[in-house]
Amino acid sequence: MAPRIGQMSRFNITALALGMAFLYLPIVILVIYSFNDSRLVTVWGGWSLRWYHEFFNDRAMLDAAWMSLRVAALSATIATLLGTLAAVGLVRGERFRGRALFSGMLYAPLVMPEVISGLSLLLLFVALNAERGFWTVTIAHTTLTMCFVTVVVQSRLASIDRSLEEAAMDLGCDPVQAFLRVTLPLIVPSIVAGWMLAFTLSLDDVVIASFTTGPGSATLPIRIYSEVRLGVKPGINAISTMVIALISVVIVIASLASKLSGSQGKSAAPL
Amino acid sequence: MSARRIFAQPARYAAIAPYLWMVLFFLVPFGFVLKISLSQTAIAQPPYVPVFDFAEGWTAIKEAFAQLSFDNFKLLTSDSLYISSYLRSIVVAVTSTLILLLIGYPIAYGMARLPQRWQPIAMMLVIVPFWTSFLIRIYAWINILQHDGLLNQVLLALHLVSAPVVWLSTDTAMYIGIVYSYLPFMILPLYATLSKMDASLLEAAADLGASPRQAFWLVTFPLSLPGVGAGALLCFIPIVGEFVIPDLLAGSGSMMIGQTLWLEFFTNKDWPVAAAAAVALLVLLVPPLLLYDRLQRRTLAGGG
Amino acid sequence: MTGESPNIDTPKIDKAAASARPAAPADAAADMPLLRIEGVTKNFGSFRAVDRLSLDIKAGEFFALLGPSGCGKTTLLRMLAGFETPDEGRILLGGRDIAPVLPHERPVNMMFQNYALFPHLSVRDNIAFGLKRAGMARAAIDTRVGEMVALVRLEGMERRKPDQLSGGQRQRVALARSLARRPKVLLLDEPLAALDKKLRESTQQELMELQRSLGMTFIVVTHDQEEAMTMATRIGVMNAGRLEQVATPRDLYEAPRSRWVAEFVGDVNLFDGEVVSHDHHRLTIATRDAGNIVVAEQRQMVTGTAVSVAIRPEKVKLWHHGPASDAGHSHAVNRLAGVVADVSYLGGSTVYRIKLDSGTVVRSSMTNTTRLDIHTYGVSQRVLAWFTPDDGVVLER
Repeated sequence: MAPRIGQMSRFNITALALGMAFLYLPIVILVIYSFNDSRLVTVWGGWSLRWYHEFFNDRAMLDAAWMSLRVAALSATIATLLGTLAAVGLVRGERFRGRALFSGMLYAPLVMPEVISGLSLLLLFVALNAERGFWTVTIAHTTLTMCFVTVVVQSRLASIDRSLEEAAMDLGCDPVQAFLRVTLPLIVPSIVAGWMLAFTLSLDDVVIASFTTGPGSATLPIRIYSEVRLGVKPGINAISTMVIALISVVIVIASLASKLSGSQGKSAAPL
Repeated sequence: MSARRIFAQPARYAAIAPYLWMVLFFLVPFGFVLKISLSQTAIAQPPYVPVFDFAEGWTAIKEAFAQLSFDNFKLLTSDSLYISSYLRSIVVAVTSTLILLLIGYPIAYGMARLPQRWQPIAMMLVIVPFWTSFLIRIYAWINILQHDGLLNQVLLALHLVSAPVVWLSTDTAMYIGIVYSYLPFMILPLYATLSKMDASLLEAAADLGASPRQAFWLVTFPLSLPGVGAGALLCFIPIVGEFVIPDLLAGSGSMMIGQTLWLEFFTNKDWPVAAAAAVALLVLLVPPLLLYDRLQRRTLAGGG
Repeated sequence: MTGESPNIDTPKIDKAAASARPAAPADAAADMPLLRIEGVTKNFGSFRAVDRLSLDIKAGEFFALLGPSGCGKTTLLRMLAGFETPDEGRILLGGRDIAPVLPHERPVNMMFQNYALFPHLSVRDNIAFGLKRAGMARAAIDTRVGEMVALVRLEGMERRKPDQLSGGQRQRVALARSLARRPKVLLLDEPLAALDKKLRESTQQELMELQRSLGMTFIVVTHDQEEAMTMATRIGVMNAGRLEQVATPRDLYEAPRSRWVAEFVGDVNLFDGEVVSHDHHRLTIATRDAGNIVVAEQRQMVTGTAVSVAIRPEKVKLWHHGPASDAGHSHAVNRLAGVVADVSYLGGSTVYRIKLDSGTVVRSSMTNTTRLDIHTYGVSQRVLAWFTPDDGVVLER
């Protein structure tokens, strides 16, 4: 099964190296240039933090960043709650009336173009006469990201041995206790991963936020987007670097969490 | 089975909240899109008639139904702007998918042949860019591709070109952006099928006299076709509805359908036509989605 | 390989088990078995997993449900635990119908085939899990867990997680966990299937000692007949959702009630034929492949009844000599002339396959009681296979 390193041809190695370079070089270049002192984006003027200073003095950008963080945190939390419940319903609910519609509604947003999701939610908010801003964006992001949470939690839940729940019942748990005491602790890593995914997706979204937000409450991606449309600005490099740093921290935490709990989930041979 | 049935009841109660949420914020809004795509443009707020006003009761809704029309769809099929953006979406998605396949396959193949302990790391390396902001990754390419960007500087320094090349606002830039953004979607399903492949199959092929190249084309590639299909559809489907990449990187000459929708909605304020474009876009996505679903089912059934 | 050891072991077990069970008669005196299964049926779709099955199990028994995979034994066990509900019939525990009682309210615990240890909990917390649910005081839980850990000899492992244990240790934790609540009945689903052979044998002994010392009722499901015969006081053999026979290990082996049981439990030579005559509790059966066979039989049987004669290989003995030398046995012994077709030396015993003149093959198993055996038979040597009327069993077809 395990291919040996000797089996890797020069072609394999070249493809891998070029592929990784393609994936990472643009990001590395962006991060390096965020520390560039020059106003001209491509001329190296020495190391500097001026663009970071500029960001922290840009009231509008800071507001947008704050708005994005709040939307991401709140929508990820609601989405995780709803997505986990949905996964439980789908995996443990067996057959019930309206199940096909339910799973259809949960899968459709995964493949639905964002322009359509955004447009349709906007039409709803207009019809409801809802004031557009923080709450409408949060609802929109919750709707989209809970579907991702459902998929992540669902696959973990489906892999859990049913006899664990039976054993819990055999030892005196009612079904709800069995779930809370045995199943839930085992799917926590996937719930954490789901939250992280929801958080980063929300922090990343331009299209749906553009449709569902109102005047005066732009998210960070909307601001970045409108700046970028007008041309390259060195300040964007700094903001981008900070976003990348934030997301990297989130990923590291997530993978640590899954590693910690991964050792519990397996029933692998002992040392 | 009754042990399962004991669990099923509380599990169904758990589904109630997300169910209601999805009905309210997915199904109902989708109904609005359908309905408004059949409405007429008006200079008002909101800019379409009829407006469903639930406060006015059933008769108002019935009246509203009477005013529905297919004019927006007629417009879509008669105006060349819409037809060309529809076609462009397909062409761009097909071309990008082919490029992705050509670039992604060798990478996935290389990953599958890495020593076992390196494979999870390689997979992590492919996934991480997917987590970092999509918008920022596109922006990173604008940095590189602009007039006095790094790419032109390198090309000039190497004397490959004598004057800076215009990269931004071209289809080339757009394809680079799309390939860059969707590469993980292509690599991961390909890697999944390639890494699951039994190495002894290749040994058997060699034993039976196949050269490595023949073994690849006669054994490895045919067996990886489900991964090829999954990867291709996973890329094709979202690229068709793409908005941000063509908007930022391609020229303003011709638009994809997502851009047309955006333009009608935000610039022309023609909500009914935008909604009709959304419905048309969805219709375009139905066949590849069905295909993907079938492919998944078959892989699940066959793969065990 | 299956024949000898149970024959030797079973009486010992019976004696030991009986003497260790003075507590049991309290229940037995009430003339009501601890567990009564009455006409229980369970269908999965169109598949009938358990078919109108009835069975009584007394308090203190070590009962084994033995059968091939898919025979319904696990389904029956899961109905006892409450994970499945019977479609028909009743299950009475101590005289009470437990059909409406949910699994977590039953005074029954189960040891799962894959152990189903909670991976996120330590050994201690796994064992304490059921006690906490029962609302036991913390001090009492600590005491009970301590007892259980000592019982399964896992001292010092209390803080480990299941994935830090060996297979045998995990099996012990599962056992301790299911015993901790002191259930009226302990259900064991293939408890030893995941262990290797050596460990399995020692664990069998431990389970038996545990059951005797606790005086608890054990019901074990297994597909391994050797395991069932070693441990159980009574065995129910299941096939296609029905009980073929319920008997002690010895009776099951020496007096199988059907051809299916005779073939499933141990190795057997079978000859089809029909009853020719019956006198002084002796049946003469005309077989197609081995001529007339005389078998001791209490039942009256009508001439012409189609029957099979079953003879265990170790009951078939061999002779070098021709028929002339055994005139004294001539009317007491069934003799089958043939040629040794092959010889399999198995260590403790040797199995000879004798090709009779009719072409049928008869197996004879001989215990190797001495290191240097002069009574060996070579391939293609002409021999006489013989057995007494008492060693054959008549099975109606």
